[in-house]
Amino acid sequence: MSPMLTDGKDLLGIRELSRAHIELILETANSFKEVSGREIKKVPALRGRTVVNLFLEPSTRTRTSFELAAKRLSADVINFSASTSSIVKGESLKDTAATLEAMNADLAIIRHSAAGAAHFLSRVSRLGVVNAGDGAHEHPTQALLDLYTIREKLGRTDGLKIAIVGDIAHSRVARSNILGMTKMGAAVTVVGPPTLIPAEVEGLGCQVSYSLDDVLPEVDVVYLLRLQLERQSESLLPSLREYAGRYGLSERRVGLMNPEALIMHPGPMNRGVEIASEVADMSQAVITEQVANGVAVRMAVLFLLLGGGANG
Amino acid sequence: MGFKVRAKILSADDMDRALTRIAHEVIEKNKGAAALAIIGLRSRGHHLAERLQDKIAAIEPLAQPLGSLDVTFYRDDIGKKLRPEAFQTDIPFDVTDRDIILVDDVLYTGRTVRAALDAIMDFGRPASIQLAVMIDRGHRELPIRADYVGKNIPTAGKEDVRVRLTDIDGVDEVVVGEPDAD
Amino acid sequence: MARLLVRGGRVVDPSRNFDGPADVLIENGVVAAIGPKLKAEPKVKVYDAKGLIVAPGLIDMHVHLREPGREDEETVQSGARAAAAGGFTSVNCMPNTDPVIDNASVVRMLRDRAEAVGLVNVYVTGAITKALDGKEISDMGDMVKFGAVAFSDDGRSVMDAEVMRRAMEYVKMLDVPLIVHPEDHSLSRDGQMHEGYYSTLLGLKPIPAQAEEVIVARDIRLAELTKSRVHLTHISTKGSMEMVKIAKLQHIPVTCDVTPHHLTLHDSDCVGYDTNYKVNPPLRGEADVLALRQGLVDGTIDAIASDHAPHAVQEKECEWAYAACGKIGLESTLGVMLTALVKEDVISLPVLIDKLSCAPARLLGLDKTGRGTLSVGSVADITLIDMKREWTVDPSKLQSKSKNTPYGGWELTGRAADVIVGGKLVRL
Repeated sequence: MSPMLTDGKDLLGIRELSRAHIELILETANSFKEVSGREIKKVPALRGRTVVNLFLEPSTRTRTSFELAAKRLSADVINFSASTSSIVKGESLKDTAATLEAMNADLAIIRHSAAGAAHFLSRVSRLGVVNAGDGAHEHPTQALLDLYTIREKLGRTDGLKIAIVGDIAHSRVARSNILGMTKMGAAVTVVGPPTLIPAEVEGLGCQVSYSLDDVLPEVDVVYLLRLQLERQSESLLPSLREYAGRYGLSERRVGLMNPEALIMHPGPMNRGVEIASEVADMSQAVITEQVANGVAVRMAVLFLLLGGGANG
Repeated sequence: MGFKVRAKILSADDMDRALTRIAHEVIEKNKGAAALAIIGLRSRGHHLAERLQDKIAAIEPLAQPLGSLDVTFYRDDIGKKLRPEAFQTDIPFDVTDRDIILVDDVLYTGRTVRAALDAIMDFGRPASIQLAVMIDRGHRELPIRADYVGKNIPTAGKEDVRVRLTDIDGVDEVVVGEPDAD
Repeated sequence: MARLLVRGGRVVDPSRNFDGPADVLIENGVVAAIGPKLKAEPKVKVYDAKGLIVAPGLIDMHVHLREPGREDEETVQSGARAAAAGGFTSVNCMPNTDPVIDNASVVRMLRDRAEAVGLVNVYVTGAITKALDGKEISDMGDMVKFGAVAFSDDGRSVMDAEVMRRAMEYVKMLDVPLIVHPEDHSLSRDGQMHEGYYSTLLGLKPIPAQAEEVIVARDIRLAELTKSRVHLTHISTKGSMEMVKIAKLQHIPVTCDVTPHHLTLHDSDCVGYDTNYKVNPPLRGEADVLALRQGLVDGTIDAIASDHAPHAVQEKECEWAYAACGKIGLESTLGVMLTALVKEDVISLPVLIDKLSCAPARLLGLDKTGRGTLSVGSVADITLIDMKREWTVDPSKLQSKSKNTPYGGWELTGRAADVIVGGKLVRL
């Protein structure tokens, strides 16, 4: 479809992207940020294209962001969620893909609890596929919007020191961001208790620390992950209180940081667990900017994958 | 793919004279410059628009707002020739009730202008939109014509016209030639 | 009197250290004579084995035939055809069927089915515990009476060490081995692949090597305690290899087998989420594969078995986490091992034939019925191997009902030309 992105029809992960691909997406997102600031926040670039939001795991935020992105590009959007879909009635993802193909959809944006689901969908269908989060594997558009936000706020990514804090083992956001940030020249340290750091994570190009206090004075960005509260029952954490004490970003800890450093979070936040409520509302926290940039970045991804018009 | 020049059609002086003439025509047709605004199409039209703005300001010393427009998101043929560059649009004024002078380097099929008209309409409701181009090379595919033309150059077959500008190409000239196979 | 002369081949019989040109005369299903230039008397059919290896029939000591219960995936019939096509004259099927092979009547039913099908010898492994639930030992004595050759709760481990101890003690009087699938389920729970860099990269729930090694260690110690024969099946890690090696030095009665896929594939192969690479135990890392190959060379590993595990399309063509574990192997094992191990000089051809025939025969007690060897008086189960035959694995052309192989498209050198079972040339 598009010669622009990964030589293919899909965005499955940051792993498949080169730095040049990422730069192109971020540049294109810049243009769409301008579009989003217009009175009429819509361009006809994807008129006649049909995009399916295939969200088989609940996520209002990401789904809405993609929906808005597609609509601002004038694409038609079908929402296909787990609760309404026949997948819960036992239909396989492969059959769902065939159904969507038969309806002449062009691209599926898939959110799924199983790692590799986007790869699988891409393999069994002709649809373009955008991975909107697959299990603990990747969430590439989140990493792209995070990179966009960092570049917008700090002017660069090269040479930055970034800490990603929390449940690295179960986080697709962490994986995509480690891969994306290191590709863009940043030095990443993952921080969390050993039970939440996956095996050989250094192989992804990051360093590991168990102490947030040691890392904070050096970083340009601290990126807090959402802690899934069920980790407590899996013997990975003794209690949320102990986690918050060791890894929560409190006001005291913000005091250890460079005052220019950014505080980021992919949302939704557990205030009082990974981030203190007062910290979330500080000016260094760019969490709402991340959300705003998400629409522009997703517009860029959809445009680069589907751009070409109905006759393209 | 290279480009083999066959003939130089306009020199730097020719181009400058053409722009001066167009500036006068714009003022005459619009009975002054009070409601004018200039929008150049990325990327060469944008540089021509800057020059046209200077010419008009030299005659009627009123500041006309200047904007630049990228129509990639409005095209009906992207994907065929998408450029890996930023698609930046910057229109820092309200287009509503303005007389917009849309500036581009070459008028050919009319599809770019069609996209530009749609894009400008999304920014508001101008009083009018007029089209100024350095070269009209014919072969229209849509019912679109230019209000101001630097030079009409009927072209044939594989012939192509290139407007070169110092800002981008290091030289001001208009040449005719054809794409070089190698 | 049906007589068949296999003439002009190279006989490789590691059970008696023989490797050289010889003819084999078969009379009434047994080897009547072996020697150079045997004369073809009138009425003797001649099989021209020129250029072929004549080996004792290969035995796959670990297969799943899915009958009863999942005849859509495999049956005794289709499994036997796959075995013959892959060069196996005998297979030993695992009891995790539906119903489970945990009583004499299911054993008998399967033996009857196998007899009706013919083609190859199908041996039956019964369950160690009733319904494979790890709680109460099954009627192993009855099952042996009806032909069970071993016991296993394959697919899982008997997690209760006391139950395992008693099972080991009980089978001593039956003189059959227990086949242990070593996996501590509390460590491997919901696991999707080997723990390491690739599980982290792919975001798949990891299974540490230690999930296997904990049970290998436990059952070696229980074998020491009970002095009962314990066979560890499809072991896959460097740590398991080390423990088995030491146990053997200590004369603990423990043996083991490995699969062709753990000898040839790695966890890195899972990168595209192709579920044909999803197996249990999971594909391991580079160091593990090297250790397994070393174990073949130094003799720590007794046998190679395919763990032939057929699965229906819908159980594999889905998201990785939902996919069933396992791959088919009956038709690829010989070719893959000849290509990856013998052609590459990791092991010699006689060693491979030992791992695929003589050793499994000894481990399952089939040597007592004259299998796993080629000598006068032994059963005429023979695999004829064409070492030079080049072929490409095409899943659509396999005899097995299921096509879940990671070897599709592999270009192999060497495969079975024919098999002779009980003196009869098998025609598919």
